[in-house]
Amino acid sequence: MTAPLLDVRDLVVRYGSVTAVDGVSFALEAGETLALDGPSGCGKSTTALTVLQLRRPDAGEVRFEGRELTTLTERELRPLRPRMQPVFQDPYGSLNPRHRIRDAVAEPLKVQGRWTDADGPARVAALLDRVGLDPSYGDRRPHELSGGQCQRAGIARALASEPRLLVLDEPVSALDPSVRAGVLNLLADLQDDLGLGYLFICHDRAVVRHFADRVVRMRDGRISPSSPPR
Amino acid sequence: MESEVTQAPPVRHPSLLSVRDLRVSFVGTEAVRRLSFDVRPGEVLALVGESGAGKSLTARALLGMLPRGAAMSGEIRLDGSADLAAARGRRISLVPQDALSALSPVHPVGEQLAAAVRSLHRVSRAEARERAVAALDRVGIPDAARRARAYPHEYSGGMRQRAVIAMAMLGEPDLVVADEPTTALDAERREQVLRVLAEQREAAGAALLLVTHDLDVVRDHADRVLVMYAGRLSELGPVGEVLNRPRAPYTAGLLACLPQDGPRRRRLPTLPGTPPAPGALPPGCAFAPRCPLAADVCRTGEPEPRTVDGRLVACHRADEVPADTVTLFAEGRPA
Ligand SMILES: Nc1ncnc2c1ncn2[C@@H]1O[C@H](COP(=O)(O)OP(=O)(O)OP(=O)(O)O)[C@@H](O)[C@H]1O
Ligand code: SF4
Ligand SMILES: [Mg+2]
Repeated sequence: MTAPLLDVRDLVVRYGSVTAVDGVSFALEAGETLALDGPSGCGKSTTALTVLQLRRPDAGEVRFEGRELTTLTERELRPLRPRMQPVFQDPYGSLNPRHRIRDAVAEPLKVQGRWTDADGPARVAALLDRVGLDPSYGDRRPHELSGGQCQRAGIARALASEPRLLVLDEPVSALDPSVRAGVLNLLADLQDDLGLGYLFICHDRAVVRHFADRVVRMRDGRISPSSPPR
Repeated sequence: MESEVTQAPPVRHPSLLSVRDLRVSFVGTEAVRRLSFDVRPGEVLALVGESGAGKSLTARALLGMLPRGAAMSGEIRLDGSADLAAARGRRISLVPQDALSALSPVHPVGEQLAAAVRSLHRVSRAEARERAVAALDRVGIPDAARRARAYPHEYSGGMRQRAVIAMAMLGEPDLVVADEPTTALDAERREQVLRVLAEQREAAGAALLLVTHDLDVVRDHADRVLVMYAGRLSELGPVGEVLNRPRAPYTAGLLACLPQDGPRRRRLPTLPGTPPAPGALPPGCAFAPRCPLAADVCRTGEPEPRTVDGRLVACHRADEVPADTVTLFAEGRPA
């Protein structure tokens, strides 16, 4: 039996005296979508950040592809980071305002040594096209795009890293219905083609119902007993 | 007697704000193209359309806040007057998408509201402070007197957005323009902020131009809806009519993309392709490359808005749009 793509055990995260995440456990297989649902402030986003090791937990384990991450140093984590990519709600936060969209999407390819002048530009154009952005927008900088266009660019950039796990924090709630459906279909295609795992934070029950394989409800930092069992 | 009533001419709606042939362009490429619409006193008019349709540019044109490099033409009148300079910030106010950018990070929120009060009314500092606290209290900021002394970063996202609403209402505006006021918030806070915005608007009797991409919000909060595509009017009419029986294929496409009730399906219907970039418009109807009803006539002439079935529609084939719009649009990927 192979290890799950992501295995989170007894996660605890505190902000000062507040326990934001209080003993959360769940597992996620490759090719599967697990939705994390619950009222605002219940610890969903903190859980997501901790899975990505952008915040270190106070206790508990985060195993990614069988490797325990919480004990790794930042340096040891670096080669693993491209494989687990965040997609946040606000794309402006994740794109450098001074970089052209094309360069932002190309950067992961370059950093990871997958860029060649021969096929790099076409890959960037294909990524933009895949997220529903006319490749001519590659010339622009984030502030020259509308909000929705910028969000799509952020998703293209995340996909450029060829991740195994996407941690999606309200990734489509700022998008138009048409783009949202397109992005959800795109995520479904990528999952089918590449076996990506998705940890999917989303408030829209209708979207969750169509998109997620399983739902975990959180409340006050814990998994709510009403969650369907795994 | 009764026949007189039924034969009365259609009601002519008074107009608070009228926009005629609005164009906004950047170095020769038009992002908003000959857009005309009215906002009626006290109504909620939603402005919807895909990203890049020109919604924000339209909203900002009303406020005289177009980005640098933008050229504008056309006519905007408030109560018949084209002199909007004095009205902006008073009779027309803005609730921006990003409250953080609307507030100064280095002054307490209450102080900023008090300064705004004093720019609008001749009152003492103490009176302005009092009014600022009252305004925060009205939008449901708990313990407003104390919170007024806090800085924007000490507020949660939802509280900040409510403070910005309080700010927009200070001048007792006739028209509030809200550009995606809740997009940056999670679903729960979104509802709360929309509720506060609706309450405040009603209390002031102001009209609201609500820019949003959320058709559920349109259904719940708006009287009429203006659907924009590629900088132009696509459909404009009462919310019930437009959303229940769209006459523009583009509106039908937007509705088809919403997750439906019924059995779980992994792939949702989508609109094929992407909206054209300004300056790269196809000939004829800008929607033609994505439209399942496109015919030869669509590729030659751009349709002008005309009255169909109680709303304005810019489509050559508006009469042929079927009632079952979901089936018009293909589902998921071609395999
Ligand atoms: N400062 C600018 N310089 C050049 N082009 C711009 C500028 N601002 C907007 N545009 C272009 O004008 C068009 C309309 O932009 P606008 O921001 O009004 O769209 P929107 O409908 O508000 O979209 P969203 O839903 O994404 O906010 C877009 O194609 C955009 O790229
Ligand atoms: S004019 Fe033609 S292409 Fe344009 S929306 Fe109508 S049917 Fe479609
Ligand atoms: Mg906008």
